[in-house]
Amino acid sequence: MLNVQNLTKTYRSAQERITVLRGASLRVEAGESVALTGESGSGKSTLLHLIAGLDQADSGSIRLDNTEVTGLADQDRAALRRDRLGLVFQQFNLIPSLTVADNLTFQSGIAGRHDHRWQGELVERLGLGDLLKRYPEQLSGGQQQRVAIGRALAVRPPLLLADEPTGNLDEATADEVMDLARDLIKRTGCGFLMVTHSIRLAATLDRRVHLSAGLIS
Amino acid sequence: MKRALWVLAVLLSHWRKHPMQLATLAIGLISATALWSGVQALNEQARNSYDRAAAAFGGARVAMLVGRDSTFPQQLFVDLRRAGWPVSPVLEGRVRIHGKSLRLLGIEPVTFPAQAGSTPTIGRADLKSFLAPPGETLIAPETLTELTAAAGAILRTDDGSVLPPLKVQAQLAPGILIVDIGRAQSLLRQPDRLSRLLIGKARGPQAPLQAIAGGSLRYVAPDTETDLERLTDSFHLNLSAFGLLSFLVGLFIVNSAIGLAFEQRMPMLRTLRACGVSSRMLNAVLLTELSALALVAGLIGLICGYLIAAALLPNVAASLQGLYGAQIPGQLILKPEWWAAGFAMSIAGTFAAAAMSLLRVIRLPVLAMAQPQAWRQAQRRWLRWQGLCAIAMFAAAAILLAAGNSLISGFAVLAAILLGAALTLPVLLGFVLQVGARSTQRPLMMWFWADSRQQLPGLSLALMALLLALAVNVGVGTMVESFSRTFATWLDGRLAADVYVNARDDAQARDIEASLRKRPEVTAILPSGRAETEIGGWPVEVLGLADHATYREHWPLLESEANAWDKVKSGDAALVSEQLARKLQLKLGDRLTIGTPGGNWPMDVAAIYADYGNPKGQVAVNIDAFRRRFPNEPKTRFGLRVAPDKIASLIDDLRQRFHLDDHHLSDQSALKAESMRIFNRTFAVTAALNTFTLGVAGIALLTSLLTLSNSRLPHLAPLWALGLTRKQLAGIELLKTMAIAFITALLALPLGLLVAWCLIAVVNVRAFGWRLPFHVFPLHLVELLGVAMLAALLAMLAPLVRLLRMPPAALIKVFANER
Repeated sequence: MLNVQNLTKTYRSAQERITVLRGASLRVEAGESVALTGESGSGKSTLLHLIAGLDQADSGSIRLDNTEVTGLADQDRAALRRDRLGLVFQQFNLIPSLTVADNLTFQSGIAGRHDHRWQGELVERLGLGDLLKRYPEQLSGGQQQRVAIGRALAVRPPLLLADEPTGNLDEATADEVMDLARDLIKRTGCGFLMVTHSIRLAATLDRRVHLSAGLIS
Repeated sequence: MKRALWVLAVLLSHWRKHPMQLATLAIGLISATALWSGVQALNEQARNSYDRAAAAFGGARVAMLVGRDSTFPQQLFVDLRRAGWPVSPVLEGRVRIHGKSLRLLGIEPVTFPAQAGSTPTIGRADLKSFLAPPGETLIAPETLTELTAAAGAILRTDDGSVLPPLKVQAQLAPGILIVDIGRAQSLLRQPDRLSRLLIGKARGPQAPLQAIAGGSLRYVAPDTETDLERLTDSFHLNLSAFGLLSFLVGLFIVNSAIGLAFEQRMPMLRTLRACGVSSRMLNAVLLTELSALALVAGLIGLICGYLIAAALLPNVAASLQGLYGAQIPGQLILKPEWWAAGFAMSIAGTFAAAAMSLLRVIRLPVLAMAQPQAWRQAQRRWLRWQGLCAIAMFAAAAILLAAGNSLISGFAVLAAILLGAALTLPVLLGFVLQVGARSTQRPLMMWFWADSRQQLPGLSLALMALLLALAVNVGVGTMVESFSRTFATWLDGRLAADVYVNARDDAQARDIEASLRKRPEVTAILPSGRAETEIGGWPVEVLGLADHATYREHWPLLESEANAWDKVKSGDAALVSEQLARKLQLKLGDRLTIGTPGGNWPMDVAAIYADYGNPKGQVAVNIDAFRRRFPNEPKTRFGLRVAPDKIASLIDDLRQRFHLDDHHLSDQSALKAESMRIFNRTFAVTAALNTFTLGVAGIALLTSLLTLSNSRLPHLAPLWALGLTRKQLAGIELLKTMAIAFITALLALPLGLLVAWCLIAVVNVRAFGWRLPFHVFPLHLVELLGVAMLAALLAMLAPLVRLLRMPPAALIKVFANER
């Protein structure tokens, strides 16, 4: 489903050039969950951003099903994120001025794929029923991340990308959130690529790949 | 479409969570639109009135023939018509009704030229009823109300004559009555006499004027601009400049609010992009959101503008009437164009104020958008641009000052100086704060200076608005005070006689003079005279003055030759008003030639005197020489020197004995009071707009501080954690804001004095032809400094109370990972 081949990315500033990815390659199959680990600064988040179309690679290929992501224009990359990807970040990135309910329906709303039944199920499984009228600032970190996962899965994306989704959470809360995420991913059958520092959490996924010096091992 | 609505709803939800920010934006837009459109409403009202007046006079916009005297025989009209001239007769005079003096115009609707404004429609609306007995008196609705009469009523003049029934004509100027020419001749007791002949389009050849009328008629070419419009241009330009300044100050608030809102919404915009909203759609929805806000705020601003205009209209109308004799109706009538222009200004202003923020959002890549470092780098680049723009502005001001000669260029100098100074402010403040940081080693003080510098970008626009408002306040205040002081002294000089008499005719003047000579309290009778002429194509008033100590000691001479009054007495020298001297570039000793009925009268310029507020040039000569050169001018005017305790009884006696009203007999104190009243009303509008602008700047500071106070938490919480109490933190915050406001206000004072100099030495001279002495009023400056500090303190109050009352939990949140 996701096929990344020979991806390179270099950041340039006035003083220096930093090569983050030197030909990274990676595959994630439908329904498969993969942990992407590596040291700080190894390029894990960069790789995830490139897959999500948030940034553009210097060379290489990213194919999501039949779509070549690297060749897409900004408009098409936006459509890809909207319709076919779910994104979960370490900082949750909820919209602070919307309630939990509005945050949950936001992406499916703009994708025009709002499904009331699925939405209800998500709310129930994520345990958000009592929190729907609250704003993000009124939630704990674990609650916020559950909302973020709910928002990402509301469109039933074929691929869920998560960047350190438990980085801001304590161990118990992290386990609880990951259990919920795994359960929902299994139900939707989507692929799952998660960037994490935690070997313990990585071990709970189907497969682990390691990024070092800009290459996947 | 549905997708765009979703995004719009998300963007709008930000305002629901930050109502104060929305209020700031709305206040900025509303005040900018209100002040601009209010001033435009006043200008439009006045200009409509000039148009109506011009149309009713049938004068300035159509060619005409006028007599050498005030009226001429009707036979000339008949002769000219027979000779193929498409002329139409007009007789003009004044009638008194219920004690009110009204202008009566007699017209002949059948021959009235089509191009003479809207007047033909007045006459031809119902030709038969206008011409056939009992005829009609056309009257403006305002005049009808003023006379407490109803349409169809038959009015009597105070001397018993009966006017035809009244008929209301909305397009007619106030204070004018129009009747058929025949009725006018009988009402004004001017049988077979006319005031002028309006010239329509010629259909065939016509005989030369000289051959038909000899030298008794003079051709006056049509003018696209009426005298009133020319005279009042400066006044309206002044109002427009103020309106524009207020608009700009309002836009500073809008810019500040939008900038902060965009900065705060950066994470949200990033999330929207991450969720699949394309940048094209995001930009389109942002533009739609701004347009919607501009439309709503613009509508409220227009309503407020209407209310402001309605509140200021009486003063503006009184000023224009007092200064130029222009009649402005008391009720605002606004055209659809005014509404459209107001909305356009609101939308254009919003986009101008949001342009930088929008460009930043469009240009910054999705992943960099939420990085504060990127934002700060952009700020630094912008600051460099500001510095370069400021230098360009100052250079433009210098070039315009040296090369420009028009009033517009005068205002452009002022605008360039103000804009340049505003752009320099953040750079200057940054420098002062940097010097402060270097001068201390104490950690808290180092943080104080460093944090002040960091806060500067968020506050700089509000501070610029404060700088502009204060500088304009100092500038206009200094000019008005300088003018007020000069004007009072000048009035004392110009109105040196105790009583002024203007008899109805020469015979009455002789009777009055004979009776005055018998009264011991009258210590001097000072005859004077006035005549109108032209010098170098400019209308000039020639004033005849008696050679007397009253004038020698008090006349407001600006510069004079030795023995100037003796030279004037000889009849070969004149005193010249400042505006005429500037216009004709006359210096002391130069020769001036005045056209008189008997031929040219060459004179030396013996002195130049101040003649403030007079739109015409003026020459003062000896009264005996004046009477020799202008033998036909009425000898009806004289001033009297009277023992102070006898003035009131003398005036009462003269009034009773010779039936003289206020127009014909006035005492010096009443004239001075009237002049000062006109003066004060003229500047009441300026003072009101000045206060509005200062108020708007205060609001800009308040709203900036309120908006910033939310983002201050991460800066203050570490200090709180390190052991500073909330009270101490509040104290530091207060000190910081007051220090920045104080530096801004201090910088505003010299800038304000520069503005005052510019107004006095550049704008005034180019607008009116005279220059005021420049005075500095230290007390006024200290007062404004106090007002600025008070405004800063009031603006700081709400954020300060919020900080003092902030629960520890809110501060702890800053350190929590799970935010």
